[in-house]
Amino acid sequence: MSTETDSVKVEEKLYYNRYVVDAGRPHVKVRPHEVPSQALLALTKICPAGCYALNDKGQVEVTPDGCMECGTCRIVCADTHDIEWNYPRGGFGVLFKFG
Amino acid sequence: MVEQRFDAIVVGAGPSGNAAAYTLAKEGLNVLQLERGEYAGSKNVQGAILYSDALEKLIPSFREDAPLERHVIEQRLWMLDDASYTGMHYRSEEFNEEKPNRYTIIRAQFDKWFSQKVRDAGATVLYETTVKELIRNTSGKVIGVQTDREDGAVMADVVILAEGVNGLVGQRSGLRDELKPDTVALAVKEMHFLPRDVIESRFNLKGDEGVVIEAMGSVTLGMTGTAFLYTNEESISVGIGCLVSDFKETGAKPYELLERFKSHPAIAPLLAGSEVKEYAAHLIPEGGYNAIPSLFGDGWLMVGDAGHFVNAVHREGSNLAMTTGRVAAETVVRLHRMRKEMTKANLAEYQERLEKTFVLKDMRKYRKIPAFLHGNKETLFGLYPRLLSKAAQTWFRVDGLDKKAKEKAIVSSFRQARTLRGMIGDAFKLARAWR
Repeated sequence: MSTETDSVKVEEKLYYNRYVVDAGRPHVKVRPHEVPSQALLALTKICPAGCYALNDKGQVEVTPDGCMECGTCRIVCADTHDIEWNYPRGGFGVLFKFG
Repeated sequence: MVEQRFDAIVVGAGPSGNAAAYTLAKEGLNVLQLERGEYAGSKNVQGAILYSDALEKLIPSFREDAPLERHVIEQRLWMLDDASYTGMHYRSEEFNEEKPNRYTIIRAQFDKWFSQKVRDAGATVLYETTVKELIRNTSGKVIGVQTDREDGAVMADVVILAEGVNGLVGQRSGLRDELKPDTVALAVKEMHFLPRDVIESRFNLKGDEGVVIEAMGSVTLGMTGTAFLYTNEESISVGIGCLVSDFKETGAKPYELLERFKSHPAIAPLLAGSEVKEYAAHLIPEGGYNAIPSLFGDGWLMVGDAGHFVNAVHREGSNLAMTTGRVAAETVVRLHRMRKEMTKANLAEYQERLEKTFVLKDMRKYRKIPAFLHGNKETLFGLYPRLLSKAAQTWFRVDGLDKKAKEKAIVSSFRQARTLRGMIGDAFKLARAWR
């Protein structure tokens, strides 16, 4: 609609949230690829936490630190098997105070 | 890990899991409940409206100490275009009753309260414990769960899967399929804090009265979805959700959609000056009756969002969750008392009992609605809200045009955009899906 809403930064929203990051043990992984599938590319837009981004080689990378564990990426990539998605280890991940 | 055998294991501590564990423990069964979050509710997201009836059947006195926000006295249904809303409001003093019918709640706080009730009833509740998969015996019967704790296997006569919409344990154990993008909505929401007197004056409320707004129209950019705004005691929950398949198709970003809704001229003044304290995202099962997976088998039952129990038309879910959790537990209690095995044949009683409740009656009634909404999304979520707004404006604006000419203009705007045949067709399709 307006340029104001286009410039919304998801990082600023995630800043409100509490996380216990399981360092070195990401619960979401992208399968190594040369050229991303359409489904994988879609994640750079659909992920509500903005965890997916293109690197300079045009491949999709995930940084799941801000992940809210919704599961959308797993469903979008169910047919292409681009994603490995697990619940984080018990006690790790997002901690909703209000939910 | 606990070295014990349990009568039942419940996976998950949301409304369905808590309802199940509470019922089992209260009836004297030895229950273990496993929750992956640090506390019950820490992984859970809901709008959230609590429907009293389903909880009353479990804890009749819940109003004494449950963390309730406001009882709902007014429901607003809005059709939006970019500049306007056309609405139906229903507000009644009769909702100010001794035992109110619905409340707004804050889910993480509510789930914590419910979890305490489960523990008080005698269940063993382990938090920070993720269930990885089900354990089966040689004949395929589920006999326990494997957790991510050291020596993490625990055994039980029956496992109730209340693991929520994603249902990974059920999927990985071959009990159900992965969710399809057109049967599940992605919703994002924020918690906006405001002083309670500001909320009360903005919504014309006194005391603990509350207002609920459900909105559809141009805010979802033609996607199948709805937006909402709920008043809590000192905060406002505001959110928007659309089908995952539509997000995928349009490339719309969920948080931009939320910003767009928040900046709508009908919404922005209600939120002005608020302090945001949380941003959440969650999936909602929206596939209806046809998306319900198998609900029982040898040694297991499935309840709540894991069983796809959401009535998308009426925005009901947590009451279906609590009811399915309770009914599953009641089935297990009866079989346990009769010393019957938790076989697939015996657990079929769960579904038979559910058929007699509003849960499966409502789910079946609206079984054709998801396909209808999805198949007509441009018309329903784009065209009609726009036409309605235009018609209302033509009608209410006084500009020298005579009333007959106004009526003509309204009718012809609908006929041009949709044709008479198209409108009759839409009405017919809706009626057929609604029956």
